[in-house]
Amino acid sequence: MAALTMQPGAEIDGFTIGERLHRGGMAVLWSVTHPGITVPLLMKVPLVAEGEDPAAIVSFEMEQMILPRLSGPHVPACFGTGDFERQAYVVMERIPGQTLYKRIDDLPMSYEEARGIAGKIASALTSLHRQNVIHHDIKPSSIMFRERGEAVLIDFGLSHHQHLPDLLQEEFRLPFGTAPYMAPERLLGVRDDPRSDLFSLGVLLYFFTTGVRPFGESETLRGMRRRLWRDPVPPRKLRTDYPPWLQEIVLRCLEIDPAARYPTAAQLAFDLGHPEQVKLTARSKRLARDSLGTVWRRRFNLGAGPPQPKSDVAAQLAASPIVVAALDIADGSEQLNEAIRVTAEQVLSTSPSARLACVNVLKLNRLAIDRTLDEQGQNKHIDRMVALQHWARPFRLAEDRLTVHVLEAVDPAAAILEFAAVNLVDHIIIGARQNSMMRALLGSVSAKIASEAPCTVTVVRPSRLASQPDAGPSDDAAVPPGMF
Amino acid sequence: MRLALFSDIHANRQAFAACLEAARARGAERLICLGDIVGYGADPEWAVDTMMDLVAKGAVALRGNHDNAIGIPSDSMNDDAQAAIDWTRTRLSTEQKAFLAGLPLLREEDNRLYVHSEASDPAKWRYIRDTADAARSMMATGLQITFCGHIHRPGLYSMSAAAKMTSFVPTTGIAVQLLTGRRWLAVLGSVGQPRDGDPAASFAMFDTASREITYLRVPYDAETAAARIRANGLPLWLADRLLIGR
Repeated sequence: MAALTMQPGAEIDGFTIGERLHRGGMAVLWSVTHPGITVPLLMKVPLVAEGEDPAAIVSFEMEQMILPRLSGPHVPACFGTGDFERQAYVVMERIPGQTLYKRIDDLPMSYEEARGIAGKIASALTSLHRQNVIHHDIKPSSIMFRERGEAVLIDFGLSHHQHLPDLLQEEFRLPFGTAPYMAPERLLGVRDDPRSDLFSLGVLLYFFTTGVRPFGESETLRGMRRRLWRDPVPPRKLRTDYPPWLQEIVLRCLEIDPAARYPTAAQLAFDLGHPEQVKLTARSKRLARDSLGTVWRRRFNLGAGPPQPKSDVAAQLAASPIVVAALDIADGSEQLNEAIRVTAEQVLSTSPSARLACVNVLKLNRLAIDRTLDEQGQNKHIDRMVALQHWARPFRLAEDRLTVHVLEAVDPAAAILEFAAVNLVDHIIIGARQNSMMRALLGSVSAKIASEAPCTVTVVRPSRLASQPDAGPSDDAAVPPGMF
Repeated sequence: MRLALFSDIHANRQAFAACLEAARARGAERLICLGDIVGYGADPEWAVDTMMDLVAKGAVALRGNHDNAIGIPSDSMNDDAQAAIDWTRTRLSTEQKAFLAGLPLLREEDNRLYVHSEASDPAKWRYIRDTADAARSMMATGLQITFCGHIHRPGLYSMSAAAKMTSFVPTTGIAVQLLTGRRWLAVLGSVGQPRDGDPAASFAMFDTASREITYLRVPYDAETAAARIRANGLPLWLADRLLIGR
């Protein structure tokens, strides 16, 4: 009925229909224009004729509800929706280029390229999960890239929004999605765990680096259910040169129990960004799948565990922050570093899945000629890594929760801010410099970070009573210590 | 038009007043009260007078089982509820009782149905506890959206064209668009006696143009409301539960 009006030149709610770009199983994509909008636009119109798959309607409804609420560079911007009363559509930004599916003939790709791609997708998932949405259909054809490089997630028809009714909840007897990429818990009806997306990304990373899908291509429920107890062949078995750090990351994403995966996409992105710091466990060395005994135990204990509490996306992310402790290693900073440790301990004790990145800035001379590190510089770098590790030892954190980083920069505040942005950091703990002369010369690093950081910042001072009697008066006493 | 949807006020003056103020601050143009103006709480006279005044100015009010029990004794109430009804009966004037007795059980407006309990048999005062209850109510009306209360816990149900059900516990302050392609049953929380573990008063706003419903919570002076219940010799549990939202 309404579909008859959908032809080039027709106008709907101010959008003029252009060429038809694509006709898929569930929707038709049209190029559209609008006098007030300069970015290229796409109109997605669901196929809802009599007898069509009801899945097309429900997934359109989900996209219609979720897409307008999303923001940021990792999703197409939404410019309007129309409902079934007149003409159902969603108008969104048209992302130029192809989806990642185009690369499927180039597999396996280089480890380095795959690491870069997976890192971008993990950053995009971080942004999505922080907006309380689980994608539930991460696969090559739902990923595009902006010209500047950011991954863009498309197709939210199977997504779950923590704060909106889940219309796919009881709609289908079988879990709905793309079989090779679907997380095992989805087969048990779980739709509210963001770590399902990390599993799908693990499938993609496995596939892109080995050329083989870890769970095959079976579309039958029986074939899909096997992943509830059967682990994939370790990539090193398929490619002898497979880097241990990469196998560690891939197999951690593909853990059957969501709790054994990365707690957040941000923590996965962090490891993909720092492969040399990935804590290698037995996973990284495996050459064979789990023994049949383990597999059978898993299979027959299926569902025997205690009932899982309903998960809360936001609470899960909040319990798994990436915390940066920014430390000065110079003499005289012991007292301040001790105060930072106390604060960091308080933060870590309330966040069981937090990870701590200890950061120190090796200041480069502004006038120095850019050069590769000489021997002295290299030693300095290592000395500081050792000092950071020494400082962090009392936390007794599992190695996969701790990393140390020496950044080399002219401007320490800018270096820490950039580190926080690139690594999706949730919380920076930094000391206020006590020596007023130093601060007068260099400016306050903590003040700049507190005002410009993309996350929470705690500025720490040693308690007044404990401070040295001859310490100069603080010139930023107006700023109380605490959370900003 | 922006509607404010109240249910289960239960003679809680402090909660009712706080919700009215919050609804006005959000630009409410019309009040819909889904019933149970009295019962449990210690200020039935004020609650009924306030509602009579609002109805005179265009508000819609429905009859709940507690309002009903003032005129027609109920045999299904628990002891605490019955004690409160007996006490309330002594406080209300003939005019106030007549107002309660004259409230409708159902009211239709555009594509919306208002009812206290549920639509399949409103006088049976059945609760909407799950999708099966919701489906029975939705099958009983041809209207797209039903608003009800009675259970004192917010819930939002939908039914697709293929009669598949969804259930959802609304998130406070997040607007949900009631899509036109399916039918909806919005269960309101309670203004005057929330039972979902959050003692803050509960109501909702619905925008008829955007079809968006927003469930809201209003912290109010529950200590005073509880003290009034105790001071009037009503069962102590009716006071205590206000402080814990149970």
